[in-house]
Amino acid sequence: MKRIGVFICWCGSNIAGTVDVEKVAEAARSMPGVVYATDYKYTCSEPGQQMIKDAIREQHLTGVVIGSCSPRMHEKTFRKTVESAGLNPYLLEVANLREHCSWVHPREEATTRKAIDLVRAAVAKVARNHPLHQGHIPVEKRALVIGGGIAGIQAALDIAESGYETVLVEREPSIGGRMAQLDKTFPTLDCSACILTPKMVDVSRHDKVTLLTYSEVEKVEGYIGNFTVTVRRKAAYVDHSKCTGCGLCMEKCPAKKIPSEFEMSLGRRTAIYRPFPQAVPNKPVIDREHCLKFKTGKCGVCAHFCPRGAIDYEQQDQRVTLHVGAIVVATGYDLFDPALYSEYGYGRYPDVITGLHFERLVNSSGPTGGHIVRPSDHKEPKNVVFIQCVGSRDEAKGVSYCSKICCMYTAKHAILLAEHVPGAHPYVFYMDVRTAGKGYEEFYKRATEEFGATYIRGRVSKVYPRGDKLVVRGEDTLLGKPVEIEADLVVLANAVVARHDAAEVARSVGFSYDGHHFFTEAHPKLAPVETNTAGVFLAGVCQGPKDIPETVAQASAAAAKVVALFSKDQMATNPMTAQVDPACCAGCMLCEPVCPYHAIRPETIQERVGGKAISRQVASVNEGLCQGCGACTAACRTGCIDLKGYTHQQILAEVEALCL
Amino acid sequence: MSIRAAAAGSQTAEAEEVLGPAEARRQAHQASQPAAAGAPAPQAWEPLIVAFCCNWCSYAGADLAGTSRLGYPPNVRVIRVPCSGRVNPLFIVKAFQSGADGVLVAGCHPGDCHYSTGNYFTRRRFLLFRRLLEFIGVEPGRFHARWISGSEGPKFAQVMTEITQEVRRLGPNRMLRDARDVQ
Repeated sequence: MKRIGVFICWCGSNIAGTVDVEKVAEAARSMPGVVYATDYKYTCSEPGQQMIKDAIREQHLTGVVIGSCSPRMHEKTFRKTVESAGLNPYLLEVANLREHCSWVHPREEATTRKAIDLVRAAVAKVARNHPLHQGHIPVEKRALVIGGGIAGIQAALDIAESGYETVLVEREPSIGGRMAQLDKTFPTLDCSACILTPKMVDVSRHDKVTLLTYSEVEKVEGYIGNFTVTVRRKAAYVDHSKCTGCGLCMEKCPAKKIPSEFEMSLGRRTAIYRPFPQAVPNKPVIDREHCLKFKTGKCGVCAHFCPRGAIDYEQQDQRVTLHVGAIVVATGYDLFDPALYSEYGYGRYPDVITGLHFERLVNSSGPTGGHIVRPSDHKEPKNVVFIQCVGSRDEAKGVSYCSKICCMYTAKHAILLAEHVPGAHPYVFYMDVRTAGKGYEEFYKRATEEFGATYIRGRVSKVYPRGDKLVVRGEDTLLGKPVEIEADLVVLANAVVARHDAAEVARSVGFSYDGHHFFTEAHPKLAPVETNTAGVFLAGVCQGPKDIPETVAQASAAAAKVVALFSKDQMATNPMTAQVDPACCAGCMLCEPVCPYHAIRPETIQERVGGKAISRQVASVNEGLCQGCGACTAACRTGCIDLKGYTHQQILAEVEALCL
Repeated sequence: MSIRAAAAGSQTAEAEEVLGPAEARRQAHQASQPAAAGAPAPQAWEPLIVAFCCNWCSYAGADLAGTSRLGYPPNVRVIRVPCSGRVNPLFIVKAFQSGADGVLVAGCHPGDCHYSTGNYFTRRRFLLFRRLLEFIGVEPGRFHARWISGSEGPKFAQVMTEITQEVRRLGPNRMLRDARDVQ
């Protein structure tokens, strides 16, 4: 006979404010199998946990029910508590009285009744729990980092520095990411390249890091500690083992007028190219779409001039299979298309540009050599209008969230403009100036006080040309007056958005993403770098808008999680796996195709039937592969596959208990 | 507004002063229920809805509804399952037999299953099962399969509200209930 103890948590006033906890504990006392029930202010606190341990020992409990917050929150905590009192950790059930009851219902009798029902279901379930024991699987101590921006570089460096092999996959021909495109960084005005490029070189030279640029992750299979990853290495048509990066091919390439993606189309590149001069690896790839050899068959100049014979037009995409134990996803972000705000004229007027265009214009290795000029006539602009929140905080036309970095980089742009162009005047149209961060408010103050940026609170209604100028019309909401500025250049701070293919990445790796396609962390506060898929971690803007310091911090955090995982030789597995009862299994194998992990295989067993030895086929579950989804249990015609921890008996008992 | 409702309204206002809002509402609610002659007033029928929620999306969505304090009727009781694909149609029959008035199976959006493919099985299985239930006389409005992700707290609250309303309109479930319960 089970001896069940029930502990109802007040959670301060979070549960007790709405649910009559004493009444719930009282009702629990009369539930079948319950020998002890009580309520306590904070069950998860040290004295609360001690109370549970004492009760287990004193009352000789064989099952524990805790009515508290969501099991997704504290189930692990309480399992440890129960275990330390000598009880199997899986003889515990948590009734969700907070998220599913007290927080969503008013203080009335029906809410307390629901709480009692939820506890009754948990009691009915725990009465049918069996002790479960974790298995152990080996951990492949090699990490995969997807994305070679600052987040990926930092994570790869940290993991490699801890002594573990790391594979860094980047889909562009060079690592560096968005940060490589930036000129200076706020609030210190450090040159972005000066702090990034040494890291790029470090990561490429590290003996523990394998760099796979111009490559994409195609498929991820397996589970924590044992992922099998297929990476497609795109054909570069240049044999990088022969290439020395001399650059002669790029000099000679006749297709010179291709808009450079890295330069935001403000500059041109050749068909055989590296994205930027400091690229790592500093070796070119051929852009097949624009290459005359591929388009017309008549060129081959690069092959002719290459002193090493590294050009190989016959090269094919290659698929590489990697075995890794953990994955860090750091795929970065895209920018909102400001052409959706047709009133700003982006795409119509060449002198309406975005913040990232401005970064390239002001960068000394950029297309203009660091001279800020108008894209239309290459004249130096005097009046420059910066428009904030283009897409951000606009549910109607853009995205609901704040992109977080635009206020700061616009202040930076205002300072850089004033520094580069004597007599220039920056104007900033803003909704709110958000400068939370160390030294950020001071930086913004400098932009206004020292560099004379004029901040106008209000939205711009229209941008239109007058002569060679652009008229920016808006409203100063603090003065309540319309304003009109004749600008030479308009810079839009367009929103940070998820990568256009973020959802595909999430699906191929196997974790979730939010409504904006940013990747979802396991817990917004307490597990900000983990995903819901064990062994997969997040770093950088792919998880949500953030600036460089935060990105680096998150990347190091993700690396720390990976290193912690690798510090053990074996990893405990989830014991809640499927189990076949061979006695009643008919061996139909309908369960086999529904299993997403290929964990079910036919097995031949020997039996004696009526004195005769026969061999018979039954299904068998590989517990190392089984992730405990239970798909097979619902597919089984004879009902002889069960899921440990969520057995038919347990769920049916819960249903009955709820419907009393 | 009917005369009875108006009367109940004025009573509520009076009673609220004495009893406090929650208690007054409960009493007014009981008073407004038609009582059988001679017998003590039976407890007002409240629909009971059992929701099977997958651990990774819909259960998390329910948690998010909680952390966001998005209210929905207390008629819903959630049972946590690892995946919507774990839900055997038998569980649903059992719920109806045991006295549930409505059943919901909720999982991740197709394509987002934590276990890759579990909810595709759910989708096909319950499309058929719903028709079977209809065939044997259970109103289709009593059984729902929905996709609610972990970030859709508002959707969870909304779906619970809608289903509760729908089941309330259908009235108590009598079709599959155990004979011993049906009087």
